Amino acid sequence: MLFEHVEAYLFVLPALFFIGVFDILPGFFAFVMSLTRWGVIYERFAGLDNYAALLDPAGSRFGEFVNSLGVTVWYVLLTVPVEMVISLVAAFVLYQGTVGRGAYRTLYFMPYITSLVAAATIFEWIFDGNVGFLNYVVGFFGIGAQEWLREPRGIFELIGSGLGIAVPGAVAGPSLALLSVSIFTTWHFIGYQTVIFLAGLTTISKEYYEAARIDGASERQILTKITLPLLSPVIFFVGVIATIGAMRSFSQIYILTNGGPLDTTRTVPMLIFRTFFERTSANGIGLGAALSFIFVVIIIAITLFQFRVLGRKVFVE
Amino acid sequence: MITPTPRRIGAGLAKHGFLLLGAGVLAFPFYWMLTTSFKTLSEAASHPPTLWPTSWHPENWIEAWNFPHTLWVQAFANTLFIAAAVTIANVALAVLAGYAFARMSFRGRGVVFAVLLSTIFIPNEATLIPQFVMMSRRFLGWYDSYTAQIVPFFGSVFAVFLLRQFFLQIPRELQDAARIDGAGHLRFLWSVALPLVRPALITVALLQFLLSWNAFLWPLLVTSRPEIRPIQLMLLQFSTEAGSHYHLLMAGASFVILPTLVVYLIAQRYFIEGVARTGIRG
Repeated sequence: MLFEHVEAYLFVLPALFFIGVFDILPGFFAFVMSLTRWGVIYERFAGLDNYAALLDPAGSRFGEFVNSLGVTVWYVLLTVPVEMVISLVAAFVLYQGTVGRGAYRTLYFMPYITSLVAAATIFEWIFDGNVGFLNYVVGFFGIGAQEWLREPRGIFELIGSGLGIAVPGAVAGPSLALLSVSIFTTWHFIGYQTVIFLAGLTTISKEYYEAARIDGASERQILTKITLPLLSPVIFFVGVIATIGAMRSFSQIYILTNGGPLDTTRTVPMLIFRTFFERTSANGIGLGAALSFIFVVIIIAITLFQFRVLGRKVFVE
Repeated sequence: MITPTPRRIGAGLAKHGFLLLGAGVLAFPFYWMLTTSFKTLSEAASHPPTLWPTSWHPENWIEAWNFPHTLWVQAFANTLFIAAAVTIANVALAVLAGYAFARMSFRGRGVVFAVLLSTIFIPNEATLIPQFVMMSRRFLGWYDSYTAQIVPFFGSVFAVFLLRQFFLQIPRELQDAARIDGAGHLRFLWSVALPLVRPALITVALLQFLLSWNAFLWPLLVTSRPEIRPIQLMLLQFSTEAGSHYHLLMAGASFVILPTLVVYLIAQRYFIEGVARTGIRG
C-alpha cells in the first residue's frame, strides 16, 4: 500500500512542480513585491507606501488609475452585452436544426483560433483612417471618413456633432478608438460564446420540449419558460468569464492603439504594463505589482458581486 | 412532416439571413486579408476599394517573405521548436498527473487537486511581473533564451483537469482485469488507458500547440534578440517596418494565420469540443 502512495506521488509530482514554481509561487511573490521599492534594482522594503501612493486622492497616480478604471468599465460595457446577445441568438438559431449547422459553427469559431497579433494587423487595415474598408462602408450611410483607431473624441460627442448638437464633455462617452477596439474584441470572441451556448442547449433534455408541446405551449412560452431558465447557468457562466476576460484584455489594445489616443484606451492592464515598463528606473516593479494586486481585488469583488446578485437568479435543476 | 406555411418560410429566411450576415461579417477580415495580399499597392489603397483584385500578384508574398531585416524562416523554426517542446512535455506530465488523480488513491489527493484547481483563479496580471523577475539574472537567469519561452509552460492545470475527466470514465473492471494479469499502473496506462483517451490527448495537444503558436505577451517580455523570437513578434516587427505597405502586411498576416487555419479546418471537431467541454477562454 505504501508503494502505491509513493508511486502516485511520483506521477503527480512533475506537473505539480512546474505549476507550483511558475504559477503558485509568483502569486505569493507578487504580494511581497508590492511591499517594496523596486525599480531596476531592489532598493528596500516599503511597507504599504506603494498602495498609499496609488490610492491617495491628491496624488497623480490616483487620477491615472481612476481614469483607466473608467476606460475598463466602458470597454466591458461595449463588448460583453453585445457578444452575449449576438452569440445567444446565433446559438438558438443553430440549435433549431438549421441546414449547414456544422459549417456555420466552424466558421463562427474561426476568429477565436486566430492569433490576436495577426487579426489585429488585418483590423488596422480595415480601420485605416484614409482608405480603410470600414470608411467605405460607413460612406454608404452618409457618414464621413473616421480615424477609427486614432480618434480620441467620445462617440456621443461625434454622433452629436454629426446631428449638429453640441454634446458637453461630461457625457461625451467612450472614445471612438475604444469602440473600434471593442468591435475587434467582439469579432474575436463571438464564436467562443456561441460554441459554449450551443453546448449548453444540447444538454437540455428533449423531453421537456415534447411535454410542453403536448400541453399546448407556444414557441414563445417554451423559450421563456423552459429554454432560458434551463440555460441560465450557462448564460451566467459565460457572462462572468466574458467580464473577467474583457477586464484583463491586453494584447489587442497594445497592438491596435497602445493605450492611445490621449489615453482613451488605456485600460488597467495597459496602465500596469506602462507603470512596470516605462518607469523601471524609479519604482516600476513595486508600483506595478501593487497596482496589479489592487486590480485583482477589484476583479474578485466584481465576480463575487455577480455571483451574489445574478447567481441567485440562476435556475438550478 | 412539417408543412411549409408562408410563416414558416418567412421564419426560415430570417434565420438564414441572420446566420449568413453573421458569417459574412466574421469571415470578411480573412477574405480581405487574402485579396489585399494579391493586389498592387495602388489598387489596395484605391478608393472605392475593389472587392476582387483586378490583377493578381503572387510575387507580393515573395516580397513580404524576403523583406529586409525579416527572419521569417528563423521565426517559424523558433515557434515550431518552442510549441513542440511545450506540447510534448505538457501532455506527458498531464497524462501522468491526470491518471493519478483519476485512478490512483493516495493521501491528500482531494486537497492537492483542489489546490491545483484553485490556481485557475490566480489572474495573469498578478503573476506576470514576478514571473518576469524570476527570469532575470538575479534568479533563474533565463532572460532572452528559449528556456524562458518553454519551461514555464510545462505544467498546465487545464490539461491535467481535462485528462483526469477522461480517465475517470474508464470502467473499473478494466483496471481490475489488468491488475489480475499482473500489469502495474504504468503498463495499464500505456497499453489500455491511453488508447482509450486518444480524443482528449489530441484536443489537449492541439489547444496547447495553438496557445504556443499564438503566444505574444510573454515572449515580448522575456526576449530581445530577434533570432530567438517567435512568429507573432516577427509579424509585429514586420508591421512596423513595412509601414503602410498594406498589401505586404496582409501577406505577412497570412503567413501567420494560414497554418493554424488549415490545422483548424482539418481538426475543428477537437478544437470546438475541447472548448465546449471545459469552457476555457484564452
